[in-house]
Amino acid sequence: MAQVILFLQQLLNGLSLGSIYALIALGYTMVYGVLRFINFAHGDVYMLGAYAGFAITNLIYQICPLDQFNAISRHTFVPIFACTAIVMLGAMIFCAILGVLIERIAYRPLRDRPRLTVLITAIGVSLFLQNMTQFFVGAQPQAFKQLIPVRAIEGLGDLTVLSTQAAIIISTIVLMVFLRLIVMKTKIGLAMRALSVNPTACSLMGVNNGLVISFTFALGSALAAAAGILVAMDSPSVTPLMGNVPGIKAFVAAVLGGIGNINGAVVGGLVIGVLETLVEGYGFPQLRDAIAFGVLIVILLYKPTGLFGRVEREKV
Amino acid sequence: MKYARTILAVFLFLLFLFALIGERPFSAHFAYYYDILINIGINIILAVSLNLVNGYTGQFSLGHAGFMAVGAYAAGSWADHLSPGLINFIAGPNGVLTFVLKPFPILQPLGLPTVLADNAALVVATLFGGLLAAVAGLAVGIPSLRLRGDYLAIVTLGFGEIIRTLILNIDFLGAARGMSVSGTYTNIFWTFGFAAIAIYIVLGLVNSTYGRGFLTVRDDEVAAEAMGINTTKYKVIAFVVGAFFAGTAGSLFAHYTGYLTPEGFNFFKSVDVVVMVILGGMGSTVGVILAAVLLTILPELLRALAHTDFVPAFQRGLEGVIKIHLPPLQGLLENRLILYSLLLILLMLTRPQGLFGDLAGSRRRVASSASK
Repeated sequence: MAQVILFLQQLLNGLSLGSIYALIALGYTMVYGVLRFINFAHGDVYMLGAYAGFAITNLIYQICPLDQFNAISRHTFVPIFACTAIVMLGAMIFCAILGVLIERIAYRPLRDRPRLTVLITAIGVSLFLQNMTQFFVGAQPQAFKQLIPVRAIEGLGDLTVLSTQAAIIISTIVLMVFLRLIVMKTKIGLAMRALSVNPTACSLMGVNNGLVISFTFALGSALAAAAGILVAMDSPSVTPLMGNVPGIKAFVAAVLGGIGNINGAVVGGLVIGVLETLVEGYGFPQLRDAIAFGVLIVILLYKPTGLFGRVEREKV
Repeated sequence: MKYARTILAVFLFLLFLFALIGERPFSAHFAYYYDILINIGINIILAVSLNLVNGYTGQFSLGHAGFMAVGAYAAGSWADHLSPGLINFIAGPNGVLTFVLKPFPILQPLGLPTVLADNAALVVATLFGGLLAAVAGLAVGIPSLRLRGDYLAIVTLGFGEIIRTLILNIDFLGAARGMSVSGTYTNIFWTFGFAAIAIYIVLGLVNSTYGRGFLTVRDDEVAAEAMGINTTKYKVIAFVVGAFFAGTAGSLFAHYTGYLTPEGFNFFKSVDVVVMVILGGMGSTVGVILAAVLLTILPELLRALAHTDFVPAFQRGLEGVIKIHLPPLQGLLENRLILYSLLLILLMLTRPQGLFGDLAGSRRRVASSASK
């Protein structure tokens, strides 16, 4: 029985970690869907989302110090929820604007160039964001002030579910439902899907491709910002280099699910998260960071289209 | 190529003389420039070898630091465990050279046996490091070279990180503590000697009938395959040769600093080399060499600039105008990655072929894509 509980516990930790990867992976996969290139700077947008949240939280603390609440109850739920929502929305808007700006300044002038040129630019943007952040805030990790009191949720027996983990999973589900509604039920979502099938035909049908690409960047960056805050809330610190490793792992998640495929990115993220916690939990903690790369290499060698990707024929 | 060989020979001879005179740095001031010179040599080896992969063969690799790490750690272990025996064999009390030189007491004060033994130890360890790195290159190259473009970039990045993680977990190699390498034998002669060999081999490979294969793979892989060229073979050869020289650069580095940490071979180290190749122009050896020199010196110049009185004065002036308090601007100048990131972005936006890139080649490619 203890074994089963332990396994469930690992699974749960893996799901909450995987939700983060999934949120970041969505940005990679959506940008790949419309532009066919890997936005290397996406991990740093996630980092800047966490920093934006950090700044907004500090502002909120001047009005209402949230660490006065040490448990979630009927009375404290409303202020905690409201403040968390403000921090999230603020950071998401900030990153959406940032994402659009990055695309406008760095990527748009390269629209018709070889993909490698854009990839190199993206590496440059990534390094620039990291090091400029480091210049302004310093390389030291900074403590992210408490938004949600970290408590184990009661009434679940031997299973420990932290309030922050619950927040991660619930927020991810809500964001995914929203994303699904946007992509499937709105006109701009339709345009995004059309663009990923055939950009030329799409613009001939009267779609403003530039606008749709900007919107895609905004959407992906906002999701990354949400992920950044959820992580910062759970492991309460932020550093300028925090985007590197999750960025790469989320990219692997996107490839695993079939890059360009939104559902695939979510599944891929969850799989990577669960795999990682299982490997770490069952005796190989030092291999944790190598797992994602291992998965990537195996996937690319045996099924380069990922789990749900479609096959693209190369035309001469 | 005819003149190149003569120039190369003269160059090497001059270096050999220089190596005899300036075997070890004399003063602190000299040591600083000596340090920069050695770094220039190591960076030239790295950039020229990566250029064979990224530039001439068109396979964008982001894992060069990983191969450098393999070479450095292999040579470091060799230096720790096997070099003392070799040196003793040559220059020990009963060593070969000691015995040979015994009848010539006039040569004694030169310390010839020791100098030669140190050099021999360096070369043997460096070749060993290069060979192991080449094996690593083969092991990484065969599976990953089935991929193209950005996927290959990410997978090579992944392999680089995997190599680093492995070193971090091998206690024999010092794990996170780092590894101290006994015997700092690296000198100007062998650093530039290996640089010259790297340049010679890369140019020789590319400018031969055989080497047209590399360029064909870069220019149009499908067409190359249709012409009966074994593209995989060319890619793997480029990768293995590139890894070999990255390994020798790693060995020279290990024998120069005498201390290795896995952190020294992270992703950013690979980026350093990639920036040199891109700035110089992918597929231009001369350009890449110049870029390696430039990008080794430039951070030093910026650091010197950061410590002048001008920067704080400028900062006070700027803060007076914009009324915002900034962190010390020295940080901007001392962080080479800010310079590199700006270089990457601006180059891609304005001059993607780099400073000395193959303009004719890119024009050809434009023409061929226009005719599609």
